[in-house]
Amino acid sequence: MNFSLTEEQQILQDSAARLVGQSYPFERRQRDVSSATGFDPELWKQFADMGWLAIPFREENGGFGGEATELMLLMEEMGKGLVAVPYLATVLLFGKLVEAGTEGPLRDDLLTRLIAGQLQGSVAYMERQARYTLNDTCTRASQTPTGFRLSGEKTMAFNGPAADKLIVSARTEGGQQDEWGISLFLVDATAPGLELTSYRLMDGQRAAKVLLNDVQVKSGQLVGQENKGAALLQGVINNALPGLCAEALGLMTHLTNTTIEYTKVRKQFAVPISSFQALQHRMVDMFTACEETRSLVYRSVCSADKPDSQEHLRNLHALKVITGRRGKRVGNDAIQLHGGMGITDELDVGHYVKHLMVLNSLFGDADYHQQQLATLSLSV
Amino acid sequence: MDITFSSDDLKFRDEVRLFFANAAPEASQQLINNPGTYKQGVIQWQKKLFAQGWVAPFWPREHGGAGWSATQSYIYECERVIAQAPDVVPFGLKMVGPVIYTYGNSEQKARFLPGILNGSDWWCQGYSEPGAGSDLAALKTRADRDGDDYVVNGSKIWTTYAQYADWIFCLVRTDNSGKPQQGITFLLIDMKTPGITVSPIPSINGVDSLNEVHFENVRVPRSNRIGEEGQGWTYAKSLLAHERTAIARVADSKSRLDRLRKFASCELQGGRPMIQDEEFRARFTTIEAELMALEYMELRVLAAMASNRSPGAESSLLKIRGTEIQQALHELTIELAGLYGCMIADNDTSSADIGHSFGDQARKDFMYGRAATIFGGSNEIQKNIIAKRVLGL
Repeated sequence: MNFSLTEEQQILQDSAARLVGQSYPFERRQRDVSSATGFDPELWKQFADMGWLAIPFREENGGFGGEATELMLLMEEMGKGLVAVPYLATVLLFGKLVEAGTEGPLRDDLLTRLIAGQLQGSVAYMERQARYTLNDTCTRASQTPTGFRLSGEKTMAFNGPAADKLIVSARTEGGQQDEWGISLFLVDATAPGLELTSYRLMDGQRAAKVLLNDVQVKSGQLVGQENKGAALLQGVINNALPGLCAEALGLMTHLTNTTIEYTKVRKQFAVPISSFQALQHRMVDMFTACEETRSLVYRSVCSADKPDSQEHLRNLHALKVITGRRGKRVGNDAIQLHGGMGITDELDVGHYVKHLMVLNSLFGDADYHQQQLATLSLSV
Repeated sequence: MDITFSSDDLKFRDEVRLFFANAAPEASQQLINNPGTYKQGVIQWQKKLFAQGWVAPFWPREHGGAGWSATQSYIYECERVIAQAPDVVPFGLKMVGPVIYTYGNSEQKARFLPGILNGSDWWCQGYSEPGAGSDLAALKTRADRDGDDYVVNGSKIWTTYAQYADWIFCLVRTDNSGKPQQGITFLLIDMKTPGITVSPIPSINGVDSLNEVHFENVRVPRSNRIGEEGQGWTYAKSLLAHERTAIARVADSKSRLDRLRKFASCELQGGRPMIQDEEFRARFTTIEAELMALEYMELRVLAAMASNRSPGAESSLLKIRGTEIQQALHELTIELAGLYGCMIADNDTSSADIGHSFGDQARKDFMYGRAATIFGGSNEIQKNIIAKRVLGL
């Protein structure tokens, strides 16, 4: 049993912490998210130069062959600094689907460009009526002599406005709720019939609504096997969850630390408010919440080499439950203990809370995962 | 012990229903929902209430109130929720009005009460300061005597809707020598007076309602002082109890619970409406039960007020539970919207274009709702008050 880092992992953590701590002040972040794409292309290039875009890909695909640990380290630091880059959308979702579901020159070309920071991607799977269920898919893919014709609507494609290419889920067979019959397709952002509407999320990042009006795709644009797209997508999402929650942990850690610092300098009744026991206990609870979340991040990282095991799936559900619930608690308390200042747009606290809320609703909130956990743990 | 309605009460209820049916509250509510027409909507609705004689039902009759019983107030609020009619803005009607008719002189009553009632004067509250939040008595804004005037210098913060205000009621320091609570004076200040500047404080919900108000050598006639110099703390304290009762917002929460029920019947997951989701049902009914308790807690306080007792430290209890329930409702609503609760609607894209009609509003309500446990005396301070004054700890 060993929870310590290797020398290489330590170096990765240090360099990520350096970038966040030294060259990414909050003002820069605010400027970045107000741009049309919601991030700074220069920063993305820096991620590429540091080799961070290569972390989760296999070495034969030009990647770093990193395991869940490396991803966790990078994303926790990104959380601490509230770094606005489309890492989840382009690397962890789009990139990992490309790696798992395409082959040959197509895969080589896409991954090479992606790792070099020259390709932005987005995965359009979410539908209006589906809430958190992946399988609930109405978008149709009908057979044509050369491939498929896609029609339907996807509501929230992260990084959609900046994406050069999208991966879209559509139903080739089966009923609306069936897992079987969903296929994934690689589509150019400029494909005829594809219509993107850009909008902002509360944490500043950009998403797009995607309308597909008879978009023609060739059979070579199929990602993974026909009809088996849901399982492939679910696998890629599961792979991203420890990193996603590590980012949430980074946010929670910053919120806790900044609250502790604030209460030490804010004076009321002629004393720092940190001297009040009622507030001390609240901050102890925030600290405990971070430690609990960290423990479950580690736990799911440790089982990530057995991605399809019941044990790993239980770990992932528990991780989302606790990150969701404790994250909410930490966010609310951070605002409350900052008093009126916590309500202002000027302070970073509200922005950390908003990003935390987005992460905690992604791929299912705590309630959703609690029910999934119950299905695994309490099956009769 | 019962709250059975008498035949007079039932007659009153019919009268209230008829009023709401004819007064088109939804038109005003629509204006209020849009930040650009917010003030217009508030005033439009207030004038309708004023014409009906119901704008300040809790005020004594001789000052323009309706002299309602606690039961009548309760009936009115219930019907207001059903009609989805707006509540009044509290600063004039619920906050400074009662101070003026209780502690003001006859000249002040004649001068200020009509404008508060008919909606021609918009008031804001100048209490908190950058260094005086929970510790309100630490306020530093100074008012120095100069002839027949006070000269005011300092800053007030978190001033809701100061940008619309014609008047501000302020706590200012006129004496530094004694305990902090002594030497505080209650002043009414015309917002058009030279030396006042208002700077907006952008808040986390993206709506500009908060401000900082700066005073630089602002001359205020002595005739704008309420009561005695140095007694402002006493006057404000009685007002704070009213404010706390008002921010329990039981009726508003009942109306939110109703809307939430409707949203949940339309929101699907895996083809099933969320109203059938076990976790949702448990959370919904927890809030429902708590709100049922709060409603009776409020009725008990109202009944005490009706028999001419000022709401005591019990009003702190209403504030704590009322705001906690509001936040639980905000939370459940935004979480029901799922990821659609994270989107920001703008001129090109509405909530309904992307996901569900209530997502954007749920986000705004959630974010601004975080302030409810902070303002009006933070909930931590309310607990201190109860510990000290009710439990004698």
